[in-house]
Amino acid sequence: MSVLIETEKLTRILPETVPVTLVRDVSLSIGEKEFVAITGPSGSGKSSLLYLLGLLDRPTSGILRIAGRDTEPMNEQERAATRLSTLGFVFQFHFLLPEFTARENVEIPMRRLRRLGRAEIRARAAELLASLGLGEHIDKRPDQLSGGQRQRVAVARSLANDPAVILADEPTGSLDSHSSEQVFNILESLVRERGKTVIAVTHDLDMAARMDRQIRLVDGKIDYGMSS
Amino acid sequence: MRLIFDIAATHITGRGRQMLVAVLGVAVGVGFSIAMAALMQGGQDDFVRQMVDTMPHVDISDERRTPRRQPAEDVFATAAISGLRPRDDRRGIINPTAATAWLESWVPGRFAASLKAQGVIRYASREVGAAIIGVDPERELAVSPIAEDFVEGSFAALIAGGNNIVVGDTMATRLGAGFGDTITAVSSEGLTRNFKIVGLFHTGTTARDEGEAYVLLKNAQILSARPNAINEIRIKLDDPGLAPSVARRAESELGYEAVAWQEANESILEALVIRNVIMYTVVGAIMLVAGFGIYNIISTITHEKARDIAIMKSLGFREADMRGLFLLEGVAIGAAGSALGSLLGLAMTYALSLIRFEIAATGQEMTHLPITWSLLHYVIASAFALSSAAVAGYLPARRAAGLNPVDIIRGAS
Repeated sequence: MSVLIETEKLTRILPETVPVTLVRDVSLSIGEKEFVAITGPSGSGKSSLLYLLGLLDRPTSGILRIAGRDTEPMNEQERAATRLSTLGFVFQFHFLLPEFTARENVEIPMRRLRRLGRAEIRARAAELLASLGLGEHIDKRPDQLSGGQRQRVAVARSLANDPAVILADEPTGSLDSHSSEQVFNILESLVRERGKTVIAVTHDLDMAARMDRQIRLVDGKIDYGMSS
Repeated sequence: MRLIFDIAATHITGRGRQMLVAVLGVAVGVGFSIAMAALMQGGQDDFVRQMVDTMPHVDISDERRTPRRQPAEDVFATAAISGLRPRDDRRGIINPTAATAWLESWVPGRFAASLKAQGVIRYASREVGAAIIGVDPERELAVSPIAEDFVEGSFAALIAGGNNIVVGDTMATRLGAGFGDTITAVSSEGLTRNFKIVGLFHTGTTARDEGEAYVLLKNAQILSARPNAINEIRIKLDDPGLAPSVARRAESELGYEAVAWQEANESILEALVIRNVIMYTVVGAIMLVAGFGIYNIISTITHEKARDIAIMKSLGFREADMRGLFLLEGVAIGAAGSALGSLLGLAMTYALSLIRFEIAATGQEMTHLPITWSLLHYVIASAFALSSAAVAGYLPARRAAGLNPVDIIRGAS
């Protein structure tokens, strides 16, 4: 199993009047087809670590490699390009663009990447939504969908450019138990059936226990005793 | 780019009322700018046109800018001379035949020589002071629009010869004389001559209508006892813009003061420049206010769209994409406002052109608002609106593009 994401002493400190340490000396490696949970109490730096791994934030120090490539020297354009092609995001709140339909939301990353033609993009968006049980809702806007449906559209969008890694920040945090189970099963199927690597921040320890690995953070550091 | 265009279009169409207000704000600014420019430019053009049409482009008189040097000053260059009384020069342009022949050889236009003498016009027991102007009628018609101002008779009646005169209608009224009556002209030399009124003109300029009378040049020369004399040459050029250079050449060659219409109206033209500065300042201020409107709206949109910006950046959009997106929205508002404003400006300008006035009491007549239809007004107003919109869109766009998506995502969670 080859390593997809690797960090060495990754640290993020907010340069406030009194500096706030979000993540400190995190070293980890995550391979292909892994289903990884990042757990920990509130304020432990789970989401901050996820944003660092997703190139949405820059570390204060340490090394982050994605698919073997050091991300430190990357400029804003290269980071954006890596996010576009290699990483997919699912947030706690669906974060869909409200004026666009489900299909258009899924199409946007593909149109930005410009790897496929317009017809192929439309077909792939419809196919992804159908595969997540949203075949009848592709032309609905987010405000016409339920919470679970929106989150599934967000998952479909994260898969649009067929990224190697899906980063999910509390993907079931705002859903009822039925929708949570549905979304969790989808994420698991992405690993088992589509060969993706899924890294999910979660508070739900039962859910975390069903995943391949747990990385537990306490005060921004990995609690190796509670991690697997 | 197509994707950015589509997202911008969706943002715009998704905020119909807000965008309509923004577009109307720009449109009103552009429309009023165009109408105001058309009106002010129209007034100015009309004023200059009347000035250029009614005045000679170059007026050569028998005056000199500096007194002629006395022979003693030339002979005794190093000696101080005082107490000399300049010799009395005979008034009038010396050797008029040579002067006019020389002008004929190179002036790009027409000219007319005349002799203006001060005198009195009498009819019955009434007298009116007048400038009695002796002209060659055919040449005069080529340099003066007076032929168009006749209310009775015509200027051409002078061509027939004889003791004929044309006078201003106000003068005739003051004299109590009418068309066909015989009046008496008395020159400052005390000579008198009877003339038959063969035309009455009304130029709209009070001083001319009550104080000018035209006779044949020969008659004026006889009346003022100055055979073959002329004291004024008025030149009408094919291109009025050449007047200063023509005046300079004529003055240096003939020695007499030659005044171009621009020099004669220097203070008026300076006032027009100031008027233009005021006009463009006001127009600029209107557009600036419209620009603030656009800035306000785009700024509000970017603020409201902060979450979308974070989402799009997390999806792999670059900062340049975000800048382009909101810049495009600003320019789209500016373009729509410019297009609508141009139509509004066109309609307002047309409406202004329909307004008519009748102001004859002051001696000045203006029958309608002078309007200039110029594509340049539309181009300038639209370009200014687009530029304002671009700047107003760019500033919040730059700020939006620089937002850290993590800050927004955390704030939204």
